[in-house]
Amino acid sequence: MKPLLASIFLLACAVAPAPTLANPFETKLANGLRVIVKEDRRAPTAVHMVWYRAGSMDEKDGTSGVAHALEHLMFKGTRNLKSGEFNKRVAEAGGRDNAFTSRDYTAYFQIVPKGALPEMMQLEGDRMANLKLEPKEFAAEIKVVMEERRLRTDDNPTSLVHEALNSAMFQAHPYRRPIIGWMDDLEHMTWQDARAWYRAWYAPNNAYVVVVGDVDHREVFRLAQKYYGAHKSQILPERKPQNEPEQAGIRRVSVKAPAKLPYLAMAWKTPKLRDVQQDRDPYALEVLAAVLDGHDASRFSKNLVRGSRVAQSAGAGYDGTLRGEASFTLDGQPAEGKTIADLEAALRAELKRVQDEGVSAEELARVKTQSIAAQIYKRDSLMAQAMEIGGLEAAGVSWRDIDVLLEKLKSVTAEEVQAVAKKYFKDDTLTIAVLDPQPLENSKPKKPSGAVRH
Amino acid sequence: MRTLIFILISSLSSTQAFAGVKIEHWTAPTGAKVYFIETHVLPILDVQIDFAGGGAFVPAAKAGLAGLTRGLLDAGAADMDEEKIAGRLVDIGARLGGGADSDRASISLRTLTTQPEREAALDLMRTVLSAPTFPQAVLEREKGRTIASIREAETRPDAIAGKRFAAAIYPDHPYGVSPTVDSVSAITRDDLVAFHRRHYGANGAVVSIIGDVSRAEAEAIARRLTEALPPGGAELVPPPVRKPQRAMIRIPHPAAQSHVHVGLPAISRSDPDYFPLLVGNYTLGGGGFVSRLMKEVREKRGYAYSVHSYFAPRKLEGPFEIGLQTKREQVDAALKVVDEVLTDYMAKGPTPQELAAAKKNMVDGLALRMDSNAKLLGYLSAIGFYGLPLTYLDDFPARVKAVTAEQVKAAFARHVKPENLVTVVVAAD
Repeated sequence: MKPLLASIFLLACAVAPAPTLANPFETKLANGLRVIVKEDRRAPTAVHMVWYRAGSMDEKDGTSGVAHALEHLMFKGTRNLKSGEFNKRVAEAGGRDNAFTSRDYTAYFQIVPKGALPEMMQLEGDRMANLKLEPKEFAAEIKVVMEERRLRTDDNPTSLVHEALNSAMFQAHPYRRPIIGWMDDLEHMTWQDARAWYRAWYAPNNAYVVVVGDVDHREVFRLAQKYYGAHKSQILPERKPQNEPEQAGIRRVSVKAPAKLPYLAMAWKTPKLRDVQQDRDPYALEVLAAVLDGHDASRFSKNLVRGSRVAQSAGAGYDGTLRGEASFTLDGQPAEGKTIADLEAALRAELKRVQDEGVSAEELARVKTQSIAAQIYKRDSLMAQAMEIGGLEAAGVSWRDIDVLLEKLKSVTAEEVQAVAKKYFKDDTLTIAVLDPQPLENSKPKKPSGAVRH
Repeated sequence: MRTLIFILISSLSSTQAFAGVKIEHWTAPTGAKVYFIETHVLPILDVQIDFAGGGAFVPAAKAGLAGLTRGLLDAGAADMDEEKIAGRLVDIGARLGGGADSDRASISLRTLTTQPEREAALDLMRTVLSAPTFPQAVLEREKGRTIASIREAETRPDAIAGKRFAAAIYPDHPYGVSPTVDSVSAITRDDLVAFHRRHYGANGAVVSIIGDVSRAEAEAIARRLTEALPPGGAELVPPPVRKPQRAMIRIPHPAAQSHVHVGLPAISRSDPDYFPLLVGNYTLGGGGFVSRLMKEVREKRGYAYSVHSYFAPRKLEGPFEIGLQTKREQVDAALKVVDEVLTDYMAKGPTPQELAAAKKNMVDGLALRMDSNAKLLGYLSAIGFYGLPLTYLDDFPARVKAVTAEQVKAAFARHVKPENLVTVVVAAD
């Protein structure tokens, strides 16, 4: 194994941007807007993204979903642009665009031929400050959002389980609320709620721009000054910590929905990455997740799906780079003839094996190889590179630390993986959510919901 | 390592890898058709091999065979079991992908081009393609998982709608057949072995290669990957498609939203109306937020989150489909809007402004569709498998620009006939 790994490591060093080249480049405008540019001249295209550090975790009870609803409304008119014109301009430039809202942020992007970048920056700069919210547009669009909720959540049993899991796991922390919002909150949302959200959070000092592609960073900085520089910075609403009190006892919830296979999700509260240099446990937790479910030869695939055949599917996940509170999740569907209890026991047994026996050098090496290869493959996609930069920045981690994160991951030892497996997987901080499948014929359509507005 | 660092970085910053893509094409000594793009910007190699081994070549009683055959290639090969294969791939950072659709069975490899990783990855790909063992025990397990997925899908409104739509627009044709519990249960190891022997032949295989290798290396790779395959026979074509009768099918389901499909079998990949329909559909429902369906159904009325139309040409007539999901109480109102939009578009075609906007997006946006090795690999394999001209990408702008509103109208009239339109609504009141 040694020669194989050695050559991959060398390659990673070779392809990683050398510090002297300073690519990506970053600047900060006087109004607080940060601009990060990564020059990648492979093809005559560019990705332009604007990230606002305002997501569902910044919402208040009663207006859950407003961050996401506003994302929809950002495609309506501004003081300078008619409704629908934004998408039209992007399309005519040969580009495509969209946006997404998470618990931590709201982000907008356009992928365009490089010549269209100035126009995209002009458009984004305009809607950062000049959005025109109209009651009539709001009334039609909030119905679209409700349809989105029906599609993604109400008719999707796995989503319902995750919604229940989050709201059981978090009682004080805002991660308890679904990003898309509770249906009742959507029904009672007003255009003024959306306007208040926009006024509170859409400010240059709460945003950053990420551009990746066939561009010159000095030119992008100049354009950023031109199109974003005139907006005033503003005082942002206070962000209360809303830390979750320590959980003292297992929590279980179940959801009934039309389905055939049961589904199980188990989530433990774990630390997140706070100090890129000093922290150790978040890296070890990431490696643990990869040993269990990082690739085709990982333990869950090998032992639970192929080996004992207790699982139709099984997964492990940990995301330590976020603004709120982190958790480590195991989930899966029992194979036919097996029960939720069988699967839960099997998942716990896999954890116990790591606690008792640790992980092997080969498993560690595989995790490292996978993360290095993934980093190189990522360079085949402008969007993946822009997402990496933007996603880390949203969590308060600088793009400058991308290589550090990889190095830290590579430095995790077998002892550290075993130690986090012992430390964090106690029943007292565990929440379990299950899908209790109901036969179709026993299920009635839910009563009509959704306000009718004309 | 300094030299290498310097070379890689200077190439990263100065090379226009995709300006004027040059596709090289030849036939390997094994009979396989090879399509190649040389690009050294990244130290990676992508290879895909396509065979006429999709679901269209399977009898209905064994539906699921194409997917299982493809899926089990890496479940055991030569002297390796599935754990060994999975472990080896992971150790070298390589990825195997692919699957089976109606026409094609595909296997793709992404690997680093460092040695020995590249050689190990290609060896592995060759072995799983040429010497799969299809172990009985793995087959039984995977049949079980497939059946569980089918049973689960039978509860999901989107899956029910998709299967029912395919069955309705392709009566008595393999394009309309989906795997069932019975058909998967009936599949045996002998079926897999025979399907592999018949459909994974070197003669007829399409090998697409893009990445950090030379032409000479690509020639060696194509030969090496296909020389141990079964020889393969004559070109395989699915049976002819028969147009369906106009129908409205409503299926009960407790979901909050109705799932709607409207459509019919439209054109094959080689149909001369391909460009008029591609350009024309942009305005109808293919152009995302700027399409007529999106404006009328979503923007104006808030009836749906997602509404679209597309043509998906295949070896034979692939589907034209309009799809949306809407609150079940308003599905008839939404269907009425769809009908009005389609009828109006069929009668009048795109306006000059719409046509110009469609062309501008498609021509200027071509750069976006070919700005990565992964995307170009997709074009290579489509060009190879469907026998498109090597100059397809070069010709694309001129072909798009040449489309007239009259051609769009005429093409829609030829291929989207109201008397053949099938509507499927799942979760209807």
